[in-house]
Amino acid sequence: VADTTLTRELTQNPLKKIWVPSSTNGLPERYISQRKVCMTNCPTLIVTVGLPARGKTYISKKLTRYLNWIDVPTKEFNVGQYRRECVKIYKSFEFFRPDNEEGLKIRKQCALAALNDVRQFLTDEGGQVAVFDATNTTRERRETILRFAEQNGFKVFFVESVCEDPDVIAENIVQVKLGCPDYTHCNTEDAVADFMKRIKCYENSYQPLDEELDRDLSFIKIIDVGRRYLVNRVQDHIQSRIVYYLMNIHITPRSIYLCRHGESDLNIKGRIGGDSGLSARGKEFAKALGQFIQSQNIRDLKVWTSQMKRTIQTAEALGVPYEQWKALNEIDAGVCEELMYEEIQQKYPLEFALRDQDKYRYRYPKGESYEDLVQRLEPVIMELERQENVLVICHQAVMRCLLAYFLDKTAEELPYLKCALHTVLKLTPMAYGCKVESVCLNVDAVNTHRDRPSNVDVSRLPEEALLTVPDHH
Amino acid sequence: MIIYKIPLSSHKFQYISGKFQIWNISKIPQTKFPENFRKSSRPQFTNCPTMIVMVGLPARGKTYISKKLTRYLNWIGVPTQVFNLGQYRREVLQTYKNYEFFRPDNEEAMKIRRAYASNALKDIASYFTKEQGQVAVLDATNTTRERRGVIINFAKEKGYKVFFIESVCDDPEIIEANTMQVKLSSPDYENYDKEEALVDFLKRIDCYKMSYVPLDEEKDRHLSFIKIFNVGSRYLVNRVQDHIQSRIVYYLMNIHVTPRSIYLSRHGESELNLLGRIGGDTGLSSQGQKYAKALAEFIRGQSIKDLKVWTSHMKRTIQTAEALGVPYEQWKALNEIDAGVCEEMTYEEIQATHPEEFALRDQDKYRYRYPKGESYEDLVHRLEPVIMELERQENVLVICHQAVMRCLLAYFLDKSEDDLPYLKCPLHTVLKLTPLAYGCKVESFYLNIQAVNTHRDRPTVNRSQATLLLTIHYLLICSRAPVQKPSPA
Repeated sequence: VADTTLTRELTQNPLKKIWVPSSTNGLPERYISQRKVCMTNCPTLIVTVGLPARGKTYISKKLTRYLNWIDVPTKEFNVGQYRRECVKIYKSFEFFRPDNEEGLKIRKQCALAALNDVRQFLTDEGGQVAVFDATNTTRERRETILRFAEQNGFKVFFVESVCEDPDVIAENIVQVKLGCPDYTHCNTEDAVADFMKRIKCYENSYQPLDEELDRDLSFIKIIDVGRRYLVNRVQDHIQSRIVYYLMNIHITPRSIYLCRHGESDLNIKGRIGGDSGLSARGKEFAKALGQFIQSQNIRDLKVWTSQMKRTIQTAEALGVPYEQWKALNEIDAGVCEELMYEEIQQKYPLEFALRDQDKYRYRYPKGESYEDLVQRLEPVIMELERQENVLVICHQAVMRCLLAYFLDKTAEELPYLKCALHTVLKLTPMAYGCKVESVCLNVDAVNTHRDRPSNVDVSRLPEEALLTVPDHH
Repeated sequence: MIIYKIPLSSHKFQYISGKFQIWNISKIPQTKFPENFRKSSRPQFTNCPTMIVMVGLPARGKTYISKKLTRYLNWIGVPTQVFNLGQYRREVLQTYKNYEFFRPDNEEAMKIRRAYASNALKDIASYFTKEQGQVAVLDATNTTRERRGVIINFAKEKGYKVFFIESVCDDPEIIEANTMQVKLSSPDYENYDKEEALVDFLKRIDCYKMSYVPLDEEKDRHLSFIKIFNVGSRYLVNRVQDHIQSRIVYYLMNIHVTPRSIYLSRHGESELNLLGRIGGDTGLSSQGQKYAKALAEFIRGQSIKDLKVWTSHMKRTIQTAEALGVPYEQWKALNEIDAGVCEEMTYEEIQATHPEEFALRDQDKYRYRYPKGESYEDLVHRLEPVIMELERQENVLVICHQAVMRCLLAYFLDKSEDDLPYLKCPLHTVLKLTPLAYGCKVESFYLNIQAVNTHRDRPTVNRSQATLLLTIHYLLICSRAPVQKPSPA
């Protein structure tokens, strides 16, 4: 405990507007921390368990995408991929036969190679969560992993997917297995037959996680694609969040429509933020949106807006009930609200430069950052996962954050995603990702997208700063 | 300038696109669709009333879970009420003799029990239809499939959703601890001495054990439920139907019963506090700095095991934490309520520049949103992840702000929306909250460092009377817009 007479001076970090002690008297930086999702020093190893075609890779990829979006550095390690690198050409299911000594040796090597990379990611590369995606169907294999984790100081959380519904399994095979590199030179019937034999190879030695025998392990057993869950010994915050996420996702086919409000009066003037109404063209867009939505014949569509006038006016034109979320409000530009970029450059040139240097983390004075936005939007994402067909009418920065979640964009890319006015993005989950269809509703609007200028130095000239500002009145 | 008399009760107005808007108290634009009308700034959790049905032998924590869950749901804005069958029994029987009442072969008693159980169901129906309740928690053993069948049929008839929460525990230590903590002090055992009470209670549990049919993975696979094993080491979750059930499951999986204390305090007196100005982001005054040092001494004196310290992102809480000399975490969610255009004003200035806003705030301080700012209701929504993490943690000291502390305190002490914005949270005072039995023990420590008083009492506005005079600027009235009374949610 430090001597309290040595109270440290506080300075405000200019980028994130966070008060930090200035290191005047040598007390360590790690003394204070920002609230992050992962407050533990101890990395977590998530281990999937289950027969082939049970959705392990689907869950691994989705979970990894979600954790990265909420700022928990996560990476998945798919043992199948290591195997494909090792055994260049896949011949047949025989490779997986339990009596195939050669096959077993290679498979074990691949698992160990993957674990090695896991160790590197979690220990040397600042990773916080690693998802070890493999069948891991025997207690023996899981023991190996537990020992590995113990040696390295990692927590382990198992995610097991159990499913006996033949329709679900068949659909999985069609959606992801047939297109996989193993079966590129196979016709559909042969591929399916081979894959079913592959599953059989694992079935005999499969030891599911057991309530009694594995009662000291931390795990979630997902049964029948989420009909039932068994959750055992959740150890910490991140595991609790992971369980909550896994219990909210589903695989029912649906589409999510994202669009911005119609062009607003402030948009036309080149001003950011504020709470103005729609321009004449914006109202036209609202009508066009109504027609577009009708033509799509969407079943049970939910419509969400923010609590700002321009999204609500847009929704009003649809003639259907909608829900207002304060969480969908545009990013708060603080002291820069309703200013033009030219004015921001003039009044706050330093702020303007800092923003270009790190647009994701930059927080407007008395306002928010994209990073804050993501935190604010997390409950929206969680509810979008629970829902089926939804149209979200929101704002530029908000739409960028939501899009980054669905399309797995990094923090660097996120603030520069193109989300033009009067364009609807239709996102449909497909295989391991998301299909995007962009529909421009043919109503003119100003461009509000400002690219990153090449000179982001605080010493730059105003012209250099304003180079990429889009045209406005 | 136009002056209108507006009935207090209908302070929500129709929004007609483009022409005008009279922002209501929460600054939520009113929509054309009455079914979309909501009193809160948050989306619907459920369209359909939900019955939460507890299942389990006596002393398994059903009442503890019922009360805690109800407190949480009410705090996040979902009107919830507990219906405890033990209470119904006590009202009917007046005095409790002994465990014989619960014997499965006691026909007379069975009749009485079925009768008051049925009354409870009637009261639940009434709560949903007449009192706009959204969730009812039926706190009883409900240990037989037959009884659960009755409840399911009742719910089906009325169109209510049902979610079962079963608590299964075979750890004798936990059961004994429960029994000592809450059962022996129940009105049932007023005239018993401790040992006799324990003997009788154990016989009572035995009466249920014979006919206890737990929820079954297979036989009950069509029901929605969560089975909690041994106070949370394991959970079985089946068929979560909607958002509110998902939130309930998440909450139940985060709470624990390990003894611990939560310390709540505001930052030390700030420079703006001294000037009587609200909001802002200033540093501590000299008195505030003294408080920070006193807080450090107090915390050291408490000898708290593994204390976590949380602050907001604002300078004044951080400066306070710095004096403690221990690591602390900054949460943006703990920032003070955003007073929007009123930031850094004195109350006199607000009265002078925004008199109608000032009046509206006094009408409904909980829902009132500052222009370009927040309401207490928004704050609660913002603080929900903080509460969830507080539930997961053990010993924590939260250094925050007046409005924030009121919201957190209201959660722990089960205060209503009406009381919340007027809870007393003076500067330089630490509140120590220790969960106890079904509630929370509060100890208040004033650390003897002088500070200004920032508390503004509830003004004496007679809210049951109809009218309030408002002056409204820039008003264009559209002739076809009648002032509409909101339809109930």
